[in-house]
Formats: sequence, structure tokens, C-alpha cells
Amino acid sequence: MPQDFFGRIVYILNRNGMSYINGAINTMIIAVVGTFIGCLIGFAVGIVQTIPLEKKDKLFKKIILRIVWFVLGAYVEVFRGTPMMAQAMFIYFGSSVVFHINMSMWFAAFFIVSINTGAYMAETVRGGILSIDPGQTEGAKAIGMTHVQTMLYVILPQALRNIMPQIGNNLIINIKDTCVLSTIGIVELFYATNGVAGALYTYFEAFTVAMVVYFALTFACSRLLRFWEKKMDGSDNYDLATTDTLAHTSGLYSYTGNRDKEEA
Amino acid sequence: MNQEQVIKISHLSKTFGKNVVLKDIDFSVSTGDVTCIIGASGSGKSTLLRCLNLLETPTTGEILYHDRDIANLHKEAAAYRAKVGMVFQSFNLFNNMTVLGNCMVGQIKVLKKKKEEARASALAFLEKVGMAPYINAKPRQLSGGQKQRVAIARALAMEPELLLFDEPTSALDPQMVGEVLDVMKQLAKEGLTMIIVTHEMAFARDVASHVVFMADGIIEEEGDPAQIFSNPQNYKTKEFLSRFMRG
Repeated sequence: MPQDFFGRIVYILNRNGMSYINGAINTMIIAVVGTFIGCLIGFAVGIVQTIPLEKKDKLFKKIILRIVWFVLGAYVEVFRGTPMMAQAMFIYFGSSVVFHINMSMWFAAFFIVSINTGAYMAETVRGGILSIDPGQTEGAKAIGMTHVQTMLYVILPQALRNIMPQIGNNLIINIKDTCVLSTIGIVELFYATNGVAGALYTYFEAFTVAMVVYFALTFACSRLLRFWEKKMDGSDNYDLATTDTLAHTSGLYSYTGNRDKEEA
Repeated sequence: MNQEQVIKISHLSKTFGKNVVLKDIDFSVSTGDVTCIIGASGSGKSTLLRCLNLLETPTTGEILYHDRDIANLHKEAAAYRAKVGMVFQSFNLFNNMTVLGNCMVGQIKVLKKKKEEARASALAFLEKVGMAPYINAKPRQLSGGQKQRVAIARALAMEPELLLFDEPTSALDPQMVGEVLDVMKQLAKEGLTMIIVTHEMAFARDVASHVVFMADGIIEEEGDPAQIFSNPQNYKTKEFLSRFMRG
């Protein structure tokens, strides 16, 4: 084994490059799938939590909605308020011991990351919906849209745009936090690195490579999402749909009425 | 002209908590009427208009739309609103859509029109308000007056029976006020039934067929614009109008 730092890194890469690549792939699969499903959960919960309740609504609807809100609120608080590592142990091992459910390691991984992301996203989505100017809702109502239509075509597209940075944030957090899943035996980047480091007792070098890989993954994702955001915003310019550039389009005179005539 | 009563409000009151905003309002609108509601800020004009569109639920009283009380019909509120358009002071154009999209979405989703049909009628109404060249623009790229004209086209595209205007020119500079009022004057000429809350007294005097003066949640005086503006009976009306007419 080479004696200098860079020499060892090259040596590790030659010897264990594939473990890193496999680990990174697993990390990305869990992070991307988990974030995606988490976003779906978050949207569902956030949308339900912002259903307006009016005085005139039926008692039945009020009671059901309040119960559902309570359950969703509890879900958000519990999963935001406990560490993902503990949740992983609790769900993966707990389910097999207590309920005799043998979920596969991968299912457990997706489940844990998704449900965690969902809890955070629920609050983000709720905030995103509340941040849209109430005038948008009124405008939609005024042309006869129902609550569902208003949400679908007016509010959610705008809320989605506003919470894109937070979705990116969650993806990056998930890329890093999948390392806690090594506790239930998922061979992701952290687990793989640990193996590499232990084999030759090269912790410093092995984790240098891991850090670089983690950073490359998160940085690439953050740029990609930024690019996507820009694309969602559309062009800053627009074309006038006319061939006559001298077309009178902006009302160049003021309304004066016939006031002068009358008062004269 | 054959005038049919579109809306009749009787004994309408609205309170927010202990704050009484509208007290026992009665008035009616028939087809082709252009009713201007004037009065000081805080007199309940906008709340009255918002009650008419069920954006606010009246506390008591009834709103008869073709002799049917709609004030307490919760489920059909959306269907009713599709027939009664509204133009807001703050425009409320959908920020996530282009000008054309704004004028098409209601026709497609609410009136269930085909896309081509909706596009054709949206273009026709945008043409009418002088905004046809801007179909590809987003609301944030337009000036206030342009936004308001698009908002009017959006409301017209639903082919409403009655169009409500809530201070449509209050957020605009004088030139933009002109362009929006021109459009509204044109609509009045074409016989569209409108209820307009406005501070544009000259406009109210020239265009309205009926003027309602409100103060402190009460209709103090109503009648013919010529009579209200040249010979107001109520002292509150006199005082209010004297401020505007001097200027």
C-alpha cells in the first residue's frame, strides 16, 4: 500500500471503486424515491389540513374533518419529533418482533424515508398553500370554481413553485440522512465506506472519498433543481401576438366624460 | 326594454363579530341596469358586493336571484358565482397562467366548453378590452390597467348575467383609470347588467342608470344619477358629494 495520502486514495479507488459506486447508487435510489413519495404524502396531508371549514357545513363533515386533522397532526408531530435512526430501528425490528411482519430491508428503507419526509413536507405544503394570496382563491371562486378546482388549477401550481426550494432541501437532507439506514443493514454509501475503511484501516482516506461523493451528489441535485425552478418560471419575455407593431394596445387617453360640457 | 328583476336583496345584514357592517339593506337590480354604489370608505359598499357574490355570507336577510333565495344555498354557491361575475380592486388574475389561460380556464373547467371554443371566445373578449396582443404574457408582466382589462375579459368570458365591480380603478394611476373606465362604459352601452362600487363620480354620473349612496352600512339615498348628483336630498349625500364635486 502506498505511503502518501493521495497514493492511498488512488489505491482505494482502484480496489474499492465499485463499492463506492454501488453505495452511491443505493443512496440515490432511497433518497430520490423517498423524497418523491414523501412529497406525495406531504401534499396529501397539507391539502387535507387546509380544507376550509365553514359554519354552515354539516355536523358530520365537521366531526370527520376534525378527527382526520387530529390524526394527521399527530403523525406530523411524532415523525418530526423523533430521530429517523430510532424510527428505523423501531419500525424495522419492532414490526418483526411485535407484529411478526417481516418487511424487506428495502421496503423498510423507502417507508422510513418517505414517512419522515412526508411529515416535514406536510408542514411545508401547508405553509405553501397559506402563502398564496387569498385574492387568488377569490378570483377562482368568482368565476365559479369549486374548492377542488381552485386548489388543482390555481393554488397548488403556485404553491408547488414556492416550495420547490424546500423540496430540494429535503432531497439533499435525505441524500445525507440515508446513512442512518446502515443501522438496519442497507448497503448505502456510508455502510460501503465503512467496509472499505475497515478492510485496510484507512478511515481518513476512505471517508475523504465518501465526503467528496456525498458533496458531488448533493451539489449536482441542488443545481439540477435550481435549473428546474427556472424552467418552471418560464420566459421573462413575451411576444406580442400581433404583426402590426403600431397597434394601439394600451389605451392612450383618459376618461374625461362630458363633465366640461355640462359644467360650462 | 323588457326588464326582468335579476337580483333583489331584502333586509340584508352583515356583522363581523360585534361590528355591524351592513344594516337592513334593500335594493334590486334588473336586466340592463348599471347601478353605481358610492360612499365613503368603510361604509360597507364592498361588503355588500361581496355578499352578492357569496364571498361573504350574509348574517341575516335574503338575496333573491330570479326569485330564488341564494344567500343560504351553500352547495350551489359555485354554480351561482359562474353566472355572477366579479372584478376586483386587486385584479386577482391567476399568476400561474398566461393572459389567455386566465380567460380560458373558467370556460373549460366550469362551463365545460371545448378548448377551441374557449380559446375563440377568450380571444374575442380580449380583443374587446384591447388586450388581444398580450395573450402570451403572464400577469406579472402587465401594468395595472392592463391587468384589470384582462380581469374584465376573464369575467366576461364566463358570459355572466350580472357583473360586479369592486372599486376596479382604485389601485390604478389616472391614465390606467381611463383605459379601464372606457371598457366599462362600452359594456354599459351594450346593455350588460352591472353593479359598480366606485369612487369615480364623473363616471358614475355619466354611465349609471341608478346610483346608490351608502354611509355607515345603510343605503342613505338612491335614485337617478342626475337627481343624486345635482340635487341630493340627504345631508350625508350632500356632504359626501360636495367634496368630490369641488375637485
